[in-house]
Amino acid sequence: MMIYLELFLSFLQIGAFSFGGGYAAMPLIQHQVVELHGWLSLGEFTDLVTISQMTPGPIAINSATFVGTKIAGVGGAVVATLGCILPSCILVTLIAWVYLKYRSMRLLQGVLKTLRPAVVAMIAAAGMLIIVSAFFGEGNPVSLNTFHVAEAVIFAGALVLLRWKKMNPILVMVLCGVAQVAVGLAGKLVG
Amino acid sequence: MAGIRDILKSIWPIVKRKGKKMSDKKGKDVSGKTGRHLLIQLFLSTLTLSAFTFGGGYVIVTLMKKKFVDEYHWIDEEEMLDLVAIAQSAPGAIAVNGAIVVGFKLAGIAGLLVSVLATVLPPFVILSVISLFYEAFASNEIVALALAGMQAGVGAVIASVVYDMGSGVVKSGDWLGIVLMAVVFVLNYFLNVNVMLLIIACGLLGVVRTLLGSRKGEGGEAS
Repeated sequence: MMIYLELFLSFLQIGAFSFGGGYAAMPLIQHQVVELHGWLSLGEFTDLVTISQMTPGPIAINSATFVGTKIAGVGGAVVATLGCILPSCILVTLIAWVYLKYRSMRLLQGVLKTLRPAVVAMIAAAGMLIIVSAFFGEGNPVSLNTFHVAEAVIFAGALVLLRWKKMNPILVMVLCGVAQVAVGLAGKLVG
Repeated sequence: MAGIRDILKSIWPIVKRKGKKMSDKKGKDVSGKTGRHLLIQLFLSTLTLSAFTFGGGYVIVTLMKKKFVDEYHWIDEEEMLDLVAIAQSAPGAIAVNGAIVVGFKLAGIAGLLVSVLATVLPPFVILSVISLFYEAFASNEIVALALAGMQAGVGAVIASVVYDMGSGVVKSGDWLGIVLMAVVFVLNYFLNVNVMLLIIACGLLGVVRTLLGSRKGEGGEAS
């Protein structure tokens, strides 16, 4: 019973505090799910982000379903998803009501404008964790001994495809997976 | 399913009144069709949008506009822009927020419930299935390798997104925003300051700034 409540409250906070859409929920999910409750390891969380990229649906809903199922089965997934959308249902309806009444959202937009740079910074911080864990292995110290050359090269290649070739992100990620499998298998043949 | 139908039936009179009142404001006759028909069509179109839209909230909101404004003519363009602004300003996933405003606008609380359910259902089903197979899946050697490679790829995708968003902030010339971005990154990444604390603090800063800006009049514009 406790676990349902914990899941609900945890995703309630994610739903209530993720401003700015898209990746904005990522740092919050990571904070709640990885750091606070330890429901996923950083590696599993990264896999979740990867899966979210390749399937339709908001990352918060995807995470609620994934984490809920893993921790407490279908019931957990339902509870976490409900927690995740409840703040939206209340706040959006409230704002829509106020808007239809007063037709002004100055304050809200002012707040959002100030929040946006902060959200960018937090996404960057969450992204850094993922990149560092890809380059040096999860939980390893940052040093030359633990540096994974293959991952770093794949990362650089992916950046080139994304920025200069403007390739679709899903396709880029699939290629990264294929490249790593090829490197791994080749390493095995040689070794 | 019968239970849901009964609930819908019992709250229908309230909802119908609300829907009509809201549509009267803009002079569009949304309730020209029978209410149940509207709800079913709303459910199906939101479900399809949610199931087949890759690439995040902004994309789905654009597609919603195409569907509900250009195709069905349920909402006029100007009002849709405002609804999108609401969906983007409120916390939570933009796709869900978009479903909430559109559903609420078209058919009150029943519309809201129907469109949110339709939006959440596809990712819920897909991720449930994936999480069932994940453990077995991820322990496979080839899959583990592929996931490790994709981890580097996701890192690159996020880096690219952050670059675009970050240079947007820098180009806006909003010095407070630029400083804030650097400070929040240091606080969050190096000093491990709680993300929710940071959001609350920046939100309050935004309130103060907007109120000060509006007191100075139009020229202030909070920048």
